[in-house]
Amino acid sequence: MKDFFKRFSRNRGALIGLFILVVVILVAVFAPLLYPDSPWKMVQRPFLAPFSVDGFPLGTDTLGRDVAAGLAHGARVSLIVGLVSTLVALLIGVPLGALAGFYGGLVDDGAMRFTEFFQTIPNFALAIVLVAIMEPTLPTITLAIAIVSWPPVARLVRAEVLSLRRREFVDAARLAGLSNMRILFGHILPNAMSPIIVMASLMVATAILLESSLSFLGLGDPNIMSWGYMIGAARTVIRNAWWLSFIPGVAILMTVLALNLIGEGLNDALNPRLARKGR
Amino acid sequence: MGCPRTVCEVKETGRNNSVATKTGKNQMMKRLVTSLMAMTLAGAVHAENRLDIVVQPEPPSLMLGLVSNGPTQLVAGDIYESLLRYDTDLNPMPSLASEWEISDDALTYTFKLREDVTWHDGEPFTAEDVVFSVDKFLRETHARLRVSLEHVESVTAPDAHTVVFKLKQPFGPFIGVFEAGTMPMIPKHIYEGTDYKTNPANNTPIGTGPFKFEAWEKGSYIHLVKNEDYYLDGKPAIDDVYYRVIPDAASRAVAFENGDVDVLPGGSVENWDVKRLIEMDGVCSTGHGWEYFAPHAMAWMNNREGPTSSKAFRKAVMYATDREFVKDVIWNGYGKVATSPVSSKTNFYSDDTVMYDYDPDKARELLAESGYDGETVRILPLPYGETWQRWAEAMKQNLEEVGVNVQVVATDVAGWNQKQAEWDFDIAFTYLYQYGDPALGVARSYLASNIAKGSPWNNVAGYENPKVDDLFAKAAVAATPEERQALYTEIQQILVDDVPVAWQLEIEFPTIYRCNVKDLVTTAIGVNDGMRDAYLED
Repeated sequence: MKDFFKRFSRNRGALIGLFILVVVILVAVFAPLLYPDSPWKMVQRPFLAPFSVDGFPLGTDTLGRDVAAGLAHGARVSLIVGLVSTLVALLIGVPLGALAGFYGGLVDDGAMRFTEFFQTIPNFALAIVLVAIMEPTLPTITLAIAIVSWPPVARLVRAEVLSLRRREFVDAARLAGLSNMRILFGHILPNAMSPIIVMASLMVATAILLESSLSFLGLGDPNIMSWGYMIGAARTVIRNAWWLSFIPGVAILMTVLALNLIGEGLNDALNPRLARKGR
Repeated sequence: MGCPRTVCEVKETGRNNSVATKTGKNQMMKRLVTSLMAMTLAGAVHAENRLDIVVQPEPPSLMLGLVSNGPTQLVAGDIYESLLRYDTDLNPMPSLASEWEISDDALTYTFKLREDVTWHDGEPFTAEDVVFSVDKFLRETHARLRVSLEHVESVTAPDAHTVVFKLKQPFGPFIGVFEAGTMPMIPKHIYEGTDYKTNPANNTPIGTGPFKFEAWEKGSYIHLVKNEDYYLDGKPAIDDVYYRVIPDAASRAVAFENGDVDVLPGGSVENWDVKRLIEMDGVCSTGHGWEYFAPHAMAWMNNREGPTSSKAFRKAVMYATDREFVKDVIWNGYGKVATSPVSSKTNFYSDDTVMYDYDPDKARELLAESGYDGETVRILPLPYGETWQRWAEAMKQNLEEVGVNVQVVATDVAGWNQKQAEWDFDIAFTYLYQYGDPALGVARSYLASNIAKGSPWNNVAGYENPKVDDLFAKAAVAATPEERQALYTEIQQILVDDVPVAWQLEIEFPTIYRCNVKDLVTTAIGVNDGMRDAYLED
């Protein structure tokens, strides 16, 4: 564990990423305390530029809503969507990939053709279709993102399991009389964890981007203040009030960048040999 | 004449000067390019005496007797004319008819036609054309006019320049239907005995108007040229009119800024851009020219079920929503808060009704009185762009502040139509045209006989009141305007107290144009028939 942190912190970028993410998480957690009012509340004149009026450091939007409040509450939405959809995608992708890799043969063929079916449809297009069919609400958006993001997980896990299942420790476990399921979930998967964790951190970033893109297109939950919604709503006034799209845009950029840096750091920390080879 | 009734002011602020100079240069380049292009495209063109107007979206056809959607009316209003025009107070003015008379029993309408009018192909325009247009052509093709023609017993031409309409019973709104988009005059010599819808002449419309159809480059522009034989001396003053098709709202704003187009008819750019554009040097704007349509924005409230079935709750909604804020912020100050089902621009409006000012405390009291138990109220926004989305958000916030749980439903145009038609909403935004008279544009939303699933354009709220039905029926056929006013005042008092619908705003779509374009908007249909009198000042 100590080694892990040592290796992780050797990557300067990862530390910066971690710092940014912690800030975002803190803002998200304390948003209801920082801004107890609804972020939809119209509190001041519309189109106030940042720092032009005390108490509204980031200005107000087209209806006079506090941009800072929107940003804080939006952080919650982005993080929740990112985490939950990644979790759901892992719940679909990991077992499917593991079974395919472990049993091979028909199971493998079936599972992989099914996965490819999803992979051939462009992610974003499929997400739009899913959200449009199910009415756009936070749960349906999260589900749609999960549904489009699991195939790479399945493929990754399958590849890991394929290589691990021929190792001696698996033979040993089998000789000891363990059941297939115990071997798969108790011995193989734990050893495949590191690439999955790295991938998951990147998936959170992608999910945040997907949610933002959907909201930008007006396919977000109209009752929830998210960063993508803020950009989408400010798009038509970009000539008059550029900061309304710029500020949430920077928030998305920073968060996604942070997650990517962390992913890289995790990769260094979890696959030390691979990392050294790369340098 | 200058510009009566229009806001004509040149904004000169130091802040804008540098921008203005830059735009000026750009503008000259663009104009040069545009005129060069025009020369190659359309031959010799008097570039200095031409007008470029945005039309959005591209009209499906210019045959005004067959197609009557907004863009068609905008362009074809220069080609076709009707017997009358209407000023911005909806008073009739002469057009193809020079005089008209309504008999004392309000049953006979006699029109004297001008004798010097010819069709664009040189044939004389006579009373026979009027009879053909109304009784044959439009009765078959024009659904909205057909409703009014139900009241007409006969249309006859006693001589070549006189037309007589005989009505079955008095029908007050009748004097308001002689507008170009409602009753365009169609040439009998071209259409009689043909299949109207497939007549090849539909592609080269022939009217009596100040401009003739010249060319239509699909997806790019429609070119109209001056009618040299127009019956009014010195009119039209403009030689060429180009209606330009530019599909994207932001590009339309840029085209205007660059000087590519001179006129942005109402609704062709986003509300937020309006302010920036009218603050430019040499740019004027007017909210007039929509009086005949008087778009009335409102929110249906479901009178059948849910919290909105309670009158106290509906009143609470009225008091809770800050409609002045909506007007000032979302519509940039354009429009007027609606106080009644009848627009103040329409005839027979009355302000002698309950007034719902923004009063959250009163809303909270009424809410308690209505026995509201925290049920979620679903708001269906109008899916016509950002403006309407923001509007629904503002209403949601207003209602939540007085303690109503609100959910905004995400929807597209098809979903919006369907949810209204199937009565699947609590509150639903819409806007409807008034057509100058409550019998034509208002009654349809409140009559019990007009409750039918399957259409978003009838009594969607499901309001039923036999007394109101009765009053509307009487008012439509009452003989004198005074009697009609009394009946409509009573109707408005009852309706405003019952609030079946949350009236929001009398929408104004500002027309934005360069200040050197004069007399562009002088009638109740604005730019639609504005080219007749418009001229360019040096």
